[in-house]
Amino acid sequence: MEDFGPYDVRQVNEVLASGVVPFNRALGLRAVECGRDYAVVALPYSPDLVGNPETGILHGGAVTALLDATCGLAVFMAMPEPTRIATIDLRIDYMGPATPGREVLARADCTRLTSHVAFTRAVAYHGDPSGAIAAAAATFLIFHGDPSSTAERLKTL
Amino acid sequence: MSRLDELLREARERRDPAALVQAIPYSRFIGLSAEVVGGELLTRMAYRDHLIGNSLIGALHGGTLGSLLESAAVFTLLLETESTRLPKIIGITVEYLRTARPLDTLARAEFTRLGRRIACVRAYAWQEDRSRPVATATANFLLAGDERRRAESP
Repeated sequence: MEDFGPYDVRQVNEVLASGVVPFNRALGLRAVECGRDYAVVALPYSPDLVGNPETGILHGGAVTALLDATCGLAVFMAMPEPTRIATIDLRIDYMGPATPGREVLARADCTRLTSHVAFTRAVAYHGDPSGAIAAAAATFLIFHGDPSSTAERLKTL
Repeated sequence: MSRLDELLREARERRDPAALVQAIPYSRFIGLSAEVVGGELLTRMAYRDHLIGNSLIGALHGGTLGSLLESAAVFTLLLETESTRLPKIIGITVEYLRTARPLDTLARAEFTRLGRRIACVRAYAWQEDRSRPVATATANFLLAGDERRRAESP
């Protein structure tokens, strides 16, 4: 079997920019670093993503979407051949507000890949991962042989 | 009184959070609206192409559903408590139950416990059939110190 992964940052950015996952592109997600079993993704600050118009702080939902997307990407970085995945559950602890005007980074690790389920952990932060904005744990169901826009695009690279 | 405070007060007095929802940029970004129907606050995420997560099967992005559920919880808290500020979310667990299709998605929220400091909220999201939720969430919020109970928790 041909080994499809892991992909480099340029390849992952090509997938993110292609719009096969329209919401990831709408958020402006950008891969910063990736390797086997992990990915680091940036969410640029945008006035559209603000949750409190008086403070300019990003909405928790935007951080949720960043963490979900980054965890999913970590699973693709762990799979020998990318296939469709779907989030089963996603738990997030919001530890502190994001600073208005700054991009948020998320690092996700696929901690275990079984034949049907992938387990991931992630943190969202500005420059320093120890000053976490949020921490997440997510599990994904793996559909062998089902179409995924991200998986299909990754295979073409 | 700030513009947000004013919108909050109006939303409670009129039992209509529409203007408050529109004042939150991220709510507009994901196409949210909210209205009280038969005494229950319903939050709607209108379908738009940019909400898709898997374009091959046409499924909504999990992040949009998490955002909808969190927003439904916040709007319900704002309408049913005396909170003068937007409640701060401590944590949320989202369970994805079914593939969400490219359709409008509705959400409602109820208090599991509404205390003086902490509110535990359960939220449900569905599309065409309310009895078949596409996602549910449990979220905890820290309430501001000056809050008082307004509604009795169920």
